[in-house]
Amino acid sequence: MFGGIDPALLIASLMVASVPILLAAVGELVVEKAGVLNLGVEGMMIMGAICGFITAVETGSPTLGFLGGAAGGAALSLLFAALTQVMQANQVASGLALTLFGLGLSSLLGQNYVGIKPPHTGAVPFGPLADIPFLGRVVFGHDPFVYLSIIAVAAVWAFLKFSRGGLILRAVGESHDAAHALGYKVVRIRMLAIMFGGAMAGLGGAYLSLVRVPQWVDGITAGAGWIALAIVVFASWKPWRALLGAWLFGGITVLQLNLQAAQVGIPVEYLSMSPYLITILVLVLMSSGRGKAALNAPACLGQNFHAAR
Amino acid sequence: MKRRHLLATAALGLSMAFGGAAMAQDKTKACFVYVGPIGDGGWTYQHHQGALDVQKAFGDKVEIAWQENVPEGADAERVLTQMALGGCNIIFTTSFGYMDATNAVAAKFPNVKFEHATGFKREHPNVSTYNARFYEGRAVQGTIAGRMTKSNKIGYIGSFPIPEVVMGINSYYLHAKKVNPNVELTVVWAFTWFDPAKEADAAKAMIEQGVDVIASHTDSTAPLAEAAKAGGKVIGFGQASDMSEYKPSPRVSSIIDNWGPYYVKRVGALMDGSYQQADAWEGIAGGEVLIGDITEAVPAEVKAEAEKLRDDIAAGTYHPFTGPIKKQDGSDWLAEGATAPDGDLLGMNFYVEGITGDIPK
Repeated sequence: MFGGIDPALLIASLMVASVPILLAAVGELVVEKAGVLNLGVEGMMIMGAICGFITAVETGSPTLGFLGGAAGGAALSLLFAALTQVMQANQVASGLALTLFGLGLSSLLGQNYVGIKPPHTGAVPFGPLADIPFLGRVVFGHDPFVYLSIIAVAAVWAFLKFSRGGLILRAVGESHDAAHALGYKVVRIRMLAIMFGGAMAGLGGAYLSLVRVPQWVDGITAGAGWIALAIVVFASWKPWRALLGAWLFGGITVLQLNLQAAQVGIPVEYLSMSPYLITILVLVLMSSGRGKAALNAPACLGQNFHAAR
Repeated sequence: MKRRHLLATAALGLSMAFGGAAMAQDKTKACFVYVGPIGDGGWTYQHHQGALDVQKAFGDKVEIAWQENVPEGADAERVLTQMALGGCNIIFTTSFGYMDATNAVAAKFPNVKFEHATGFKREHPNVSTYNARFYEGRAVQGTIAGRMTKSNKIGYIGSFPIPEVVMGINSYYLHAKKVNPNVELTVVWAFTWFDPAKEADAAKAMIEQGVDVIASHTDSTAPLAEAAKAGGKVIGFGQASDMSEYKPSPRVSSIIDNWGPYYVKRVGALMDGSYQQADAWEGIAGGEVLIGDITEAVPAEVKAEAEKLRDDIAAGTYHPFTGPIKKQDGSDWLAEGATAPDGDLLGMNFYVEGITGDIPK
């Protein structure tokens, strides 16, 4: 026990709290690695939240609900893909519009779903493992999506680092003209990356409405998508650092609430501030130019590609 | 180029459609500014019900308009200016944080009436304030909490450390303490009115500390959903709205904000010319604060006790802040038998004796 807080419970709730932002951040990381800046994460998350919720309630199956959430996020991201990749619209403006559109559309879709309880998502049955002191609660007491989010980080890391597909994706993000000259379908690859990002954000949103809160209320994401965007920068486009960032951002929120509940006299303002201070610090270090981190941003990030140019 | 042109035309068309609606001057236009989404199931939802009551009461003679999710701060001023320019005759700003924006915009539009909920600044003759005595409802909740807790730990999720919330915490604690001297109160400040995930986390943090009755001052149903996960061991209350979907447990009762009568009265007064600047503060007696059905999860004698308290407050025979009450630091606040003057309540920035922890500055 530390200041009246059980560390096992704290770490366990920290892991749960960071799942939505982690899933969304990993998705956005892949999108940005392909050279596309999609600021519509918040909109895709909330579409995932409502689509997942509706699917789960109508079918009674949380698993189908999560699939529905991923599909909802991916469907909305297709709109962004069409605007930016086909119609060459500005990525920043389209991304912001996507967020506004997603918030409005989710509110419309969710009209009849306020106050309904979704089917319960259980913990993974680890049997006797869950009874191990400390570790049982921290490592073996979660629902499947906590593990899935960490597996997703590992998978994205391995894909980007070791696979040919990952190399092509990075090439498209670093220099779309060169990739195009080599014969890679830049637009197609970027559209796939955008859809992956949308599906992951949708999963994150569905986790909010199906597990973490669990219910539908308008505006349920309450800015989580923006934090996911910040984490991608904080992580300097590296998957494992995104995991660290998500735990830091998610963890600080949980920690400060727990400290208050345990009546520990630490001013909560400082703790709430700290993830953002660290982000600013990281940004300063990155933009100082000399460091290796500055080179980490994909060179074509946010630039549109047109084959005729 | 063509695409851009198309977008520009579409934008122009949209703005004309919205602008056009404001042209009808023979109708009275009542506008509402909401801090959260209407679908929050709590605070904003109830204000919107009030707005709909206005429409119902006056039908064709009134036009209502509203904007959701308006942040407290510079954006609020922009929205208010836009509404005033858009032909609103009376604007209801429904969150404490709109106080300065409301007064600033009111100075520029002396012919538009402004009504600010839960605030205390009326710097111009066209600004009125209105509030409800929620602390009366908190007294009823505190009584139930004190009787129902098994761990003797009760919790309160605070939104922002403003008098409105501190008042609720004090009333809740005093009445829990009255029926159960061993009760301890845990306060967690969420620093938000609406963030379901954070509200759920706050409830979870308290439950892990052994709290088994949770009252909340934030707007969503998330704390009740979190309490429901505890499988019947933890109870809570509906806040702002009845939140009846969590009946009979964890939601054992609720405070329902009922703004409809006030909105209808004020818009009506504006239409017949009897409108005056006001500072309205009604409670259970005036019907602005309703106590939602106390469910069968509460034993009959506790229910009777809570309902008697409610009726005494309604009849005016009991004031939730009746002395002797000391402040947290041990200094005297109310003498034996004295009741709290409204001024003290509206500026309340201290805990009463027995509550641990500090109010964040």
